[in-house]
Amino acid sequence: MSVNETGKVFIKGNEAVAMAALEAGCKCYFGYPITPQSDIPEYLSRELVKRGGVFIQAESEIGAINMLLGASATGVRAMTSSSGPGISLKQEGISYMAGAELPGVIVDIMRAGPGLGGIDASQADYFQATRGGGHGGYRIIVLAPASVQEMYDLTMLAFDLSDQYRIPALVLADSAIGQMKESIVLNARKQISLPDKSWAVRGRAGDDQQNVVKSLYLGDGEMEAFHWKMHARYQTLSDYECRWEEVMTTDAKLIVTAFGSTSRIAKTAITMAREEGLKVGLMRPISLFPFPKKAYAQLSDHCKYFLDIELSTGQMIDDVRLSVARDAEVFFYGRPPGAGSLPTPEELLEQIKKFYQTVISHQGD
Amino acid sequence: MRYDVFIAGYGGQGVLLAGNLISYAAILEGKNVSFFPAYGVEKRGGAAMCTIVFADGDTGSPIVGNPSVAICLNQLSFDKYSSKVKAGGVCIVNLSLVNTDGFSDSDVFLIPIPMNQIAQDLGDIRMVNMVACGAYASISGSLGIDTLGEALKKAIPEKNHALIPANIRALEAGAEAANARRKA
Repeated sequence: MSVNETGKVFIKGNEAVAMAALEAGCKCYFGYPITPQSDIPEYLSRELVKRGGVFIQAESEIGAINMLLGASATGVRAMTSSSGPGISLKQEGISYMAGAELPGVIVDIMRAGPGLGGIDASQADYFQATRGGGHGGYRIIVLAPASVQEMYDLTMLAFDLSDQYRIPALVLADSAIGQMKESIVLNARKQISLPDKSWAVRGRAGDDQQNVVKSLYLGDGEMEAFHWKMHARYQTLSDYECRWEEVMTTDAKLIVTAFGSTSRIAKTAITMAREEGLKVGLMRPISLFPFPKKAYAQLSDHCKYFLDIELSTGQMIDDVRLSVARDAEVFFYGRPPGAGSLPTPEELLEQIKKFYQTVISHQGD
Repeated sequence: MRYDVFIAGYGGQGVLLAGNLISYAAILEGKNVSFFPAYGVEKRGGAAMCTIVFADGDTGSPIVGNPSVAICLNQLSFDKYSSKVKAGGVCIVNLSLVNTDGFSDSDVFLIPIPMNQIAQDLGDIRMVNMVACGAYASISGSLGIDTLGEALKKAIPEKNHALIPANIRALEAGAEAANARRKA
């Protein structure tokens, strides 16, 4: 990999994640191989160690997530990555991290499932990612890159948000974004002020200060207080950390909504639709938790029709429906993995035209 | 300006290297690039394909349903993808391995080039992908042959840089063959 005269590098999405982790100051990586994310540990096994970091191929995904918990508890930046089956195994550890208010970055390069599934691009882990697949009631930050550049930028952001809010952060992409190569700019790490990690484990018996990191709350009222404290923090996230992209929504009669790889294809499809005179826009959530509810609500003040497109039979659509005004209608086009390919812009254009006809028949030109 | 090209063949023909080379050349010319590989469970002889989109601005969808240019290196990919080329587009075909009889789409400009033969005459059949890249640059006008030659330094590992002059000859031979076809 060499930096070009134009200041750009040409790399895979998965490599961008790994490079961003290094730039973000990640000191430890723990993982277990699984397609389609293995480029991440491959890269870090080579480069992280050169920088004095720690790379461990764990005995299993469960081992890896608990190593992440342990490293984070000491206050260093650390990460793990996997795909569907491995992310399922990690859920217990993610719950423990949430319970102990530990930061840490988890990367999920989604593959087709359930079970062993296949390696095609899929978006069917939206529920697992945004609802928390583990027990006890918690939320984690979920960011959904749609390009190799965003794989880089959002991985760095995941480290910052995770440290700032002491909540695990998940980067949710799929094999399409992970495996494709694009020319990107290696933005330098943003220097922002973050709270210190005075909570990190320290102090042996007899020392002045002792910090114990745990997720056990047995004291009277302790658990309830913890839940309300975290609830307030999730609310703060929703108030300040929603991220999204809108394209040509101002005069749109139909707003297409999609995240990740699908949104890239949809963006070209709406451009094609515009060339044919159809007033179509795009709403792309970048943060899936916090979900940009208010932005959807505002859009539905003037646009009453949405078309949700996902590589599944429909999961994000629940959040879209909860966010838009009650009198707004949300159509759906789903492409669960299995056909061996992603939808083409031409295919999405056809769907856009079909639903646009319905919009016109309801409300006229 | 936004360019897209789809390349397909079987594993071992250098489809992905061709895609990488075009990508690096486009970057050298200041473009933004998306390179989307797709291949079956990998083995020599299996299907291999990739799509490259490059543009001054946003590359948009990395997936292209109806490419402006398709390069078909074997019969299977020609049979499967030549009909996907968009109206007014170009299909560059490896005539050494593809029978184009019966192709009747008058909206698609067919450029048959005996790529295996050309590569073989230059000393190594494995340069078939370079012949294809040269033909593409010449037909599309999207990239300079010189830029492709320069991009070889990035696209192939340093230990193989001694082979660059031979590959440049293959790029040029592909461009010449395409030019001759265009004039014919």
